[in-house]
Amino acid sequence: MAVFIARRFVGLVVVLFAITVLTFLIFFATPGIDPTRQLAGRNPTPETVAAIKHEFGLDRSLPVQYALMMKRLFISRDLVSYGNQALKVVPAITSAAPVTFSLVIGAAVIWVVFSILVGLLAVVLKGTVFDPLLMILALIGISMPVFWLGEVVNLVTQDRAHGFFLFSWVPPLGYTPITHDPFMWFKQLVFPWITLSILYIGFYARVLRANLLEVENEDYVRTARAKGLSERKVLLKHMLRTSLITFVSLFGLDFGVLVGGGALLTEVVFGLPGVGLLTYRSLVALDLPVIMATVIYGAFFITIANALVDVVYARLDPRIRPA
Amino acid sequence: MAARVLYGGRASLEIGIGSAVICCLIALVLALIAGFFGRIADAVLSRLMDLIWAFPVYLLAISLATVLLTKPNGLEWGFVHVDPSSLWVPTFIIAIVYVPYVFRPVRGQVLSARHKEYVEAAIAQGASNVRLMFVEILPNVITTVIVMLPLMIATTVLTEAALSFLSIGVQPPKASWGTIIDDGQALLYSRPMVAIAPGIMIVLTVLSLNVLGDGVRDALDPRAKLRMKA
Repeated sequence: MAVFIARRFVGLVVVLFAITVLTFLIFFATPGIDPTRQLAGRNPTPETVAAIKHEFGLDRSLPVQYALMMKRLFISRDLVSYGNQALKVVPAITSAAPVTFSLVIGAAVIWVVFSILVGLLAVVLKGTVFDPLLMILALIGISMPVFWLGEVVNLVTQDRAHGFFLFSWVPPLGYTPITHDPFMWFKQLVFPWITLSILYIGFYARVLRANLLEVENEDYVRTARAKGLSERKVLLKHMLRTSLITFVSLFGLDFGVLVGGGALLTEVVFGLPGVGLLTYRSLVALDLPVIMATVIYGAFFITIANALVDVVYARLDPRIRPA
Repeated sequence: MAARVLYGGRASLEIGIGSAVICCLIALVLALIAGFFGRIADAVLSRLMDLIWAFPVYLLAISLATVLLTKPNGLEWGFVHVDPSSLWVPTFIIAIVYVPYVFRPVRGQVLSARHKEYVEAAIAQGASNVRLMFVEILPNVITTVIVMLPLMIATTVLTEAALSFLSIGVQPPKASWGTIIDDGQALLYSRPMVAIAPGIMIVLTVLSLNVLGDGVRDALDPRAKLRMKA
């Protein structure tokens, strides 16, 4: 186990290093690109341009530029945005991260509960019209662009049906920290949570249903039935447990992707000031330092989450562990 | 409004189909090379794919798009001129981002086909490497790609819409469903149809592609467990 973790850790470091190199190359060494202009934002003064050139060592070789950039991102953490007057990039990301976490964790709870429910229900109701009906609903959930769904939700809850008693409690778009007013935090996040989770409910319910149907013919399920267990026990204790293996590993990956930037579209539509909205604002302003930093942050988070999933997985399932 | 949605649909579908096809072609060729030659070629290509895979799809696309779209006059690479408003820019960005998702399963299949008897027989007959790759192995792995294609198009149409919504996909004056939804965001409470109509078109398109993809999979490859991400 220790060897496995050590090997995974070395792999992790290599990948993280490669990610920073690739991101750096995209932003600084794409042929035909002048990184000075890119860093300076829209309409820079000549003084800014000269300052940037010196600061990022753009008159020096690529490895030096890379080292300077990484030093400012990770060691001195004083990378400053030019487009957005002297916004410090690293603190901006750390202060935005709790918003993203609030959004993703809440949505994850909803999607895990509901996708298991829908998946189980579809298997129980197999042979009736409800199974295909549920799967069509799941497919529609997968096919909806999340930002569009968010706009429709906003239209209904903020405007068209806001007077209706069902939605009159919905506060205006925005975010209140949980430490500030937990109740408001919850009210403002309810609809973003639902919107973000719908895609995943559809996807996970489909995967779970397929897995459940697959294990239905396994010997151990037949044994469980043969020894007279109730249908409910067979389904929940025997079939669901093994089917959850894929579910759990997918969950780890998707959770990482969402925290690492995948929740961007939901944050933009609902005006939640998380890392995604930060990325979006800097995209609109073409604020390269911030975009680069958020990309690296996101990729780091995902890679680390993947490594953790692998280790947890190896702990749970001895077959994956090297002998 | 209706005309704009129809016109936008042209760009959306062109990019969606174009990038899915390009993505599958690149992935297929790379997977053939990696799986067939093995050793260094395989190691290098597989690590490269792992690296792209490690990036969140949207963040990688955002990085590429910001770099490629910031130059108002476009980029000059030798004789290639990249016009930022060209539909090729988002098409290629989306294609590159999804290459690893097709590469992985196909490479696995090439690897296992590589040591089948019919390949050995062809080697014994003195077939060249190119012949082995494209005449012997390719027809046996192409099913996987065909099965993935409709689901890839569904994914790329959604990605195009998302990138255009973030203003880094299709550039004005051209329009796509994504850019129209973006425009509609400002008019949401006064003229909601501007945002709703193209969204419905996206849902219908992607839904039909997903249904088609499921059907093709069940018909061609009943045991395939493709786990495509939307």
